[in-house]
Amino acid sequence: MSTNAAHETAQFMPHTGLQRLIDVLCVRGYNVVAPKLSQGAVVYEPTTSAATIPFGWIEAQEPGKYRLIEDGEAGYFGYTVGPHSWKQFLFPPRAVVSTSVRTEDGWNVSPPADDGVSYAFLGVRACEIAAIEVQDRVFLQQAYVDPIYAARRERVFIVAVNCTRAASTCFCNSMRTGPRCQRGFDLALTELPDGFVLEAGSDRGREIARQLPLQMIADAQLVTAEQLRQRAVDQQTRSLPVDGLHDLMLRQLQHPRWNEVAERCLSCTNCTQVCPTCFCSSVQEVTDLDAAHVDRVRTWDSCFNFDFSYMNGGVVRNTIRSRYRQWLTHKLGTWFDQFDTCGCVGCGRCITWCPVGIDLTEEVAALRSESTP
Amino acid sequence: MSTLIPPSQSPWLAHRATVKEITPEYYGVNTYHLRIEPLPDQRTYDVAPGQFNMLYLPGVGEAAISVSGRNHDDDTWSHTVRTAGGVTRTLEQLGQGAPLAVRGPFGRGWPMEAAVGRDLVFVAGGIGLAPLRPAVAWALAHRSQFGRITLIYGARLPGALLYAREYDAWQQQGLQLQSTVDRAESGWLGNVGVVTLLVDRLRPLNPQQTTLFACGPEIMMRFVANSALARGIPAERLWLSLERNMQCAAGFCGHCQLGPAFVCRDGPVMRHDYIAPYLEVEAL
Repeated sequence: MSTNAAHETAQFMPHTGLQRLIDVLCVRGYNVVAPKLSQGAVVYEPTTSAATIPFGWIEAQEPGKYRLIEDGEAGYFGYTVGPHSWKQFLFPPRAVVSTSVRTEDGWNVSPPADDGVSYAFLGVRACEIAAIEVQDRVFLQQAYVDPIYAARRERVFIVAVNCTRAASTCFCNSMRTGPRCQRGFDLALTELPDGFVLEAGSDRGREIARQLPLQMIADAQLVTAEQLRQRAVDQQTRSLPVDGLHDLMLRQLQHPRWNEVAERCLSCTNCTQVCPTCFCSSVQEVTDLDAAHVDRVRTWDSCFNFDFSYMNGGVVRNTIRSRYRQWLTHKLGTWFDQFDTCGCVGCGRCITWCPVGIDLTEEVAALRSESTP
Repeated sequence: MSTLIPPSQSPWLAHRATVKEITPEYYGVNTYHLRIEPLPDQRTYDVAPGQFNMLYLPGVGEAAISVSGRNHDDDTWSHTVRTAGGVTRTLEQLGQGAPLAVRGPFGRGWPMEAAVGRDLVFVAGGIGLAPLRPAVAWALAHRSQFGRITLIYGARLPGALLYAREYDAWQQQGLQLQSTVDRAESGWLGNVGVVTLLVDRLRPLNPQQTTLFACGPEIMMRFVANSALARGIPAERLWLSLERNMQCAAGFCGHCQLGPAFVCRDGPVMRHDYIAPYLEVEAL
């Protein structure tokens, strides 16, 4: 949306309106999830109060490093993205996919009851909207639909926040996924020193907005908002050019760089756990003592786990080299074949939360610059 | 092709099934004849040759098993299973009457319709004949629509040649069978050696008119494909059935990926020129 379009629809909401927004959403039956400080990081947790949203904090992110810093000018949303993503609410880390009961006629297998929870996500960044759209393609737009994701996704209310700062690990601008939220939200906020520029992106959003303490917006406020959003563009130093990425990945399957990165990679799975698009999972049987009632439980898995590719008494990807290669070539290459989109949205989480600081933008640059022997 | 669980629905729904009968094939390999209960609607339920089911033993787990036949007399579907892991061992122990659940059928099978009008060569190794058996049955049921039909089949031992009881009938219906074993036993007067040798020697062969379906160990299929290509069979008429770890069977657990393919969704039967570049890369 251009500044001009925003001019027609945007309104100003003072900082105090944030609590009102949460209240309105709660009254509507939404389970509001918002950023919160926990164990030295910004995480996403259910809340009923704007007071739990970390006010006055920014963070310093680097490969393998994350530190919160107090900043008097940071407002409610001065930080960028932390270890959590909204994935954990739409694609839960643990979910029952079916329940089997033994009867005289045999096993009756039934789907789980829908928990009926409607989430309202408060503080969704542009890269995170892009990530949700990527997972929509995985779980909703293929031959089969995942019923758990579908039920939660259909009901979710998204309050987006336009970033006004970028972490050193951010590269959404080069991925064309941010930092400005273009679509996929019900409401979007851009934080100013004394409040928010609020835009509605859906009918549901407009309906909620009508109950908020909104004011006419001044041109100067729109200009300031645009300048702050531009700051999040200008602060980005990393980039991952998307052009040619798919072909590069498939061309470089035998590149010596895979050996080199395998020397550093611990195959710890951190990158896949913090990644907002990684979708791999495994299913386990959970049974009661007389094995008459059995739940099938799906849990997040990772292509970095040794037995992920177990087959016929062996493991297909039995080296860290082959597992890192699978992760990166899938994320940046074959994802295009499978879902007609890149699997990476440029959020930088995998860089920050890698315990040895492997930076995929650097790995791609190496794969680009060095030729196959 | 209609399936029991139509796409766009939950792939996790499973249907009650019972082991009606077991045909022991050879040591450690049995064919389980499964009845789905209640019987699915014949008008909407069908399994294409080469598709697979997820056989589910609640509390134990699931195994992806190709459907190896349909038995109209007792309304069962055959699944030929090598006893290997927890699920298949439990299935063997439970035996006849065992209650289980079935999800499927899943995946893309052999392109039977596209092969009509051509010579058909089936190449199987070991238990790899199981997913080809419905394709053999389909081709023989539509015998007049094909040219020469050949089955080249290799097993470790003469006693491990799967479905040997059916070979006479297949041959009477117009299938040429060439079998070979890795090790002969007393009384074996046939070929000894790898199936590739029989592909190399196949005569007569009109490669431009031939479609080849192969299923067996990956290494076997690679060599069979090389032989077939060397003999002039075009890559776009070479089809392989592959195997990977499968958990959801619907393309979103990630386990079965091979290059761009989800083997469960884009396979298990895939065209050689699509998948071969990835089979060449170790540990992909």
